[in-house]
Amino acid sequence: MIRVTLPRFGRFDAWRDAARDLARSRMPPERVAWADPDTPADLFGSEAAPPPGDHPVTATKDFLQLARQVASHSDPERWSLLYGALMRAQVDRTFLANPADPMLDRLTRMAKSVRRDIHKMHAFVRFHELPSEGPRRRFGAWFEPEHPVLEAAAPFFAKRFADMDWAIATPEGVATFTGGDIAYDPPGVRPDLPDDASHDLWQTYFANIFNPARIKTDAMRSEMPVKYWKNLPETRLIPEMLADAPRRVQAMRDAGATEAPAFAPRVTARVRLQPDDAVPDSLEQAAAQAARCTRCELCHAATQTVFGQGDPGSGLMIVGEVPGDQEDLAGKPFVGSAGQLLRQTMAEVGLDPGRAWLTNAVKHFRFTPRGKRRIHQTPDRSHVDRCRWWLDLERKFVAPRLTVAMGATAAYALTGNRATLTPRRGGIEPARDGAPVLITWHPSLILRLPDDRAPAALAELRGDLARAADMVA
Amino acid sequence: MAQRTLQQKLAILSDAAKYDASCASSGTDRRDSRSGGIGSAGGSGICHAYTPDGRCISLLKILMTNFCIYDCAYCINRVSSNVERARFSPEEVVKLTLEFYRRNMIEGLFLSSGIIRSPDQTMGDMVRIARMLRVDHGFKGYVHLKTIPDAAPDLVAEAGLYADRLSVNIELPQDASLRHLAPEKRPETIRAAMADVRLNREAAKERSHTGKRPLRFAPAGQSTQMIVGADAATDRDILRTSANLYSGYRLKRVYYSAFSPIPDSSAALPLIKPPLMREHRLYQADWLMRFYGFEADEIGAAHPSGNLDLAIDPKLAWALANRAQFPVDVVRAPKEMLLRVPGFGTKTVDRILAARRSGAVRYADLLRMGAIMSKAQPFVTLSDWRPGGLTDSDGLRARFAPPPEQLSLF
Repeated sequence: MIRVTLPRFGRFDAWRDAARDLARSRMPPERVAWADPDTPADLFGSEAAPPPGDHPVTATKDFLQLARQVASHSDPERWSLLYGALMRAQVDRTFLANPADPMLDRLTRMAKSVRRDIHKMHAFVRFHELPSEGPRRRFGAWFEPEHPVLEAAAPFFAKRFADMDWAIATPEGVATFTGGDIAYDPPGVRPDLPDDASHDLWQTYFANIFNPARIKTDAMRSEMPVKYWKNLPETRLIPEMLADAPRRVQAMRDAGATEAPAFAPRVTARVRLQPDDAVPDSLEQAAAQAARCTRCELCHAATQTVFGQGDPGSGLMIVGEVPGDQEDLAGKPFVGSAGQLLRQTMAEVGLDPGRAWLTNAVKHFRFTPRGKRRIHQTPDRSHVDRCRWWLDLERKFVAPRLTVAMGATAAYALTGNRATLTPRRGGIEPARDGAPVLITWHPSLILRLPDDRAPAALAELRGDLARAADMVA
Repeated sequence: MAQRTLQQKLAILSDAAKYDASCASSGTDRRDSRSGGIGSAGGSGICHAYTPDGRCISLLKILMTNFCIYDCAYCINRVSSNVERARFSPEEVVKLTLEFYRRNMIEGLFLSSGIIRSPDQTMGDMVRIARMLRVDHGFKGYVHLKTIPDAAPDLVAEAGLYADRLSVNIELPQDASLRHLAPEKRPETIRAAMADVRLNREAAKERSHTGKRPLRFAPAGQSTQMIVGADAATDRDILRTSANLYSGYRLKRVYYSAFSPIPDSSAALPLIKPPLMREHRLYQADWLMRFYGFEADEIGAAHPSGNLDLAIDPKLAWALANRAQFPVDVVRAPKEMLLRVPGFGTKTVDRILAARRSGAVRYADLLRMGAIMSKAQPFVTLSDWRPGGLTDSDGLRARFAPPPEQLSLF
């Protein structure tokens, strides 16, 4: 048997160097005994390793990463398992990509257990402040991980607590961080850590953040296994917290509802929003009422009411269908891609988008959720009918000389006529209140049309908007 | 009133904060203190402790103050409650955060607050605390700020510069219940606040025409919380609301919080035993929507009541209600269908897909790859396993549901 003794720290690199040399002479795994510093010298043979042969040795990046994690496992067999896997991979490495392979499965489980232990060490180390003479504060901790993970876990603390000096003592050894460097030393006696007032505050927090009406101790134990409790001072409170919980819940129940303090109604009277059902006498009041509209069910899923915006004195009103995703988020009409096309086309024919009243026939976004996206849905007739209350109010206060209806929904809302749009496009129809309505395409239609048809429709929209500009000039 | 000690304030203001379920500290920018300051973040979060209610402690979760001018019936801090009140100074919050952090007790701070005087005043004070941590102390740990709806947009914009996560609670699954139980809150302004966070985050990701990247904004995204069991909403209603929230505001998480009795309760809401199992099933259903390709209505339709089956998990319930789609041939089925097999998690499915490339997949292989075969058996075929009549057998649900138990009185 060849004996390879690995050092206490820097184990993985030492194993890799030794394993590479042995594999270069294709040394069979069963002829190598791997030992830790604490393994008795006479337990295994002590044949010296032969000089490395000249067989090529390769290892994938993934295997090395796996091996590095397995190296921190407490199982004494880990080194020979890894060497066996390395030797096997020299012949056929496909097993490393097959999760159903028993050897890979065992190594993967060991690595997982190590990762979990490292994670729990990052979670459960508790520092106590130590007296310091220099400008840097000093802290110390004692921790007992399940595996020898000190070296794998310590760099995390160096990154996180770079501006203080600290030491973490474990049964495996001690990591000391002073002035920016970590040093590892063999284990010493367990340090005596001084009392620390912040630990008392921590216990106060632990006891008070607990909700006695929810008891789920299984969830607690699976994530904070009892094996770690001896080094977590707050866990000493748990038995009392549990014992006291039923009494606290009973007390809540017995107390029942209480009388509100005398000042409470005065405060709520000041801050509570009062209902406003009056018929609005200004555009601003209409907008404020519309923001709280529940006339149809669309308000539950949509973000907010998108009321009209622009210049109410310009004499021109442009009506679209319904706010889209972007309009719904921003609370402003015509800010999405169709809106940008509209604004651009208006500018091209000399219409300042800020000098018209821009609005929609329906003021809440209608959509179906699909994963991370919201798919636009055309509003139903009932939505248009309910929402006409707001459109009519807008018309009352804006009193447009000309209204442009973009698309079939707007045309219906304004004229009451649901006939198809194509023959009507470019014509002027009377609104329900008798005022003129110019019918045109909705810009979102142009965005959806195939490339060979879009330019003609865009030219028609541009022509209709140019006509509108002339009519209100 | 005598001056309270820091310990007394901490007791009151952590007790007041415990009804917020969120404790995530993951998924933010990677950063650490080697270039100055204190702390690190990024990657997966760390839960530093667990309390017997099964919830983790990752962040110092406290209210700045529990004085509040709102009167939300479900909340212990509502104006009409007689609970003890306290208020931290900004310096106290900063000191507690940093001292706990240096002792490796927390990942950072989750700061919320009752509304004092006005939404802007409250949000302004919270932003000040975050600024002190980040700018004065170089704190690189995690900061989660509760956004106060109706606060001025520039305050929210500044909060997003310091916070990893912003959240605003939707509170209840249906607008009508919120209007009834929280008369000072408005569902549309809560949603508008979420929309605002999404737009701010998207703007922070776009480079300007000069190629300059704007300042980061809430890199760990936003989340929200819904109280379950305080109104009559069904699970299907709840999941639909979640689907709307995920698709509309790019939320990282919707937290479901079983309505829990509070000391000094309101007459508007009866004290109930918190529906913990329902909460658990909703989280499972939420996972199905986010990682398994299920739609809210599919999950909600598994039971005619619109509520999830409490005795079995929602994926199993869906499979039992849709047996015509089973058994699934594990060797040939597409990923989307493997994800719908009860007992197969996302990791198991990834392993199956990898193992299929290396050769046949057998029953024992599935066990090794983490599949829960006791659940999967009726729904899969393999070269060495056929469910036969099991898939369509009448007693299949009974195989999985625990035996009926006498209800205990609360």
